[in-house]
Amino acid sequence: MNLAVNASSLVQFISQPWHWAVSGAAIALVLALMTWMGRSFGVSTTFKAFCSAAGAGKVSDFFKMDVKEEMWRIAFVIGGLIGGYIATHFLQSPEPVAISPETVDYLATIGINYPEADAKGIGFVPTSLFNFESLSGILMAVGGGFLVGFGARYGDGCTSGHAISGLAHFQLPSLITVIGFFIGGLAMTHFIFPFLVG
Amino acid sequence: MKNLSFLTVGVFFGIVMAKSEAVSWFRIHEMFRFESFHMYGIIGTAVVLGAASMWLMKKTKMTTLRGTLVGYNPMNLNIKRHLLAGTIFGLGWALVGCCPGPMYVLLGSGYTIMLLILAGATLGTFTYGLVMKYLPH
Repeated sequence: MNLAVNASSLVQFISQPWHWAVSGAAIALVLALMTWMGRSFGVSTTFKAFCSAAGAGKVSDFFKMDVKEEMWRIAFVIGGLIGGYIATHFLQSPEPVAISPETVDYLATIGINYPEADAKGIGFVPTSLFNFESLSGILMAVGGGFLVGFGARYGDGCTSGHAISGLAHFQLPSLITVIGFFIGGLAMTHFIFPFLVG
Repeated sequence: MKNLSFLTVGVFFGIVMAKSEAVSWFRIHEMFRFESFHMYGIIGTAVVLGAASMWLMKKTKMTTLRGTLVGYNPMNLNIKRHLLAGTIFGLGWALVGCCPGPMYVLLGSGYTIMLLILAGATLGTFTYGLVMKYLPH
């Protein structure tokens, strides 16, 4: 009985939004665990593995690789998917993500009402824009994904590989890549996105 | 199933990404508008503690479970390439509001639109493989 009460209050405790310091420490722990297990902390190479598994090695030597060697990475992202399911179904905060009032006000001026824009009401994705019924939403999803996949491969890494692992190893190429992330991100957020949804 | 350990770390990663709200499109938008410290706090803490643990692992010459020493394969420095690649990535990141890790986590959270974003990312990766010889490296 007591144990059950404690377990449910523990779940309640974990279900509140995590402080940024706790979250950052937890991500550092993931990096340390992956390193200890002898692998790097990188997600975007899974896309290359998909291409290779689908036979892209026939058109470009870049995709000639042993996909079996990447199974640990596939297992990691499947775990991420399961973790997302667990967090949303069993550890969901009662309130939507508490973004700053300034951002909420600004988004309203470009026609995105928060939190109503997310049909799930949890504040993860503006499904009012990105959904299967809207052609512009489909184009933005595929196009944005395309840029992420292209840029990650060209730069040989994404946020996990460069902004976390690379910076933690004091790699100058990673720092320059992260500066690039911000050049692109600021241009999209401040100039291109308002035009796209306007 | 020797990859079960990676699956387990992945589950932890997924929960962390969701509970940290780093998977939120709105958090990413807010970050690029400099209207909250939240994302900077997460990334900053992860980098500082990550750097400290990497330093300690190298200092103690710790061997990994695969019997290797901790290190990082350095990339050749090419400022034009890193800036260009980073900028392309950043444009996409700010538009879809998620980088590769969160794409999987959000799919697990029930956002099926991630299938399109993941398909786009795979297509982008494939296209890079086709045109890479024309790009500065």
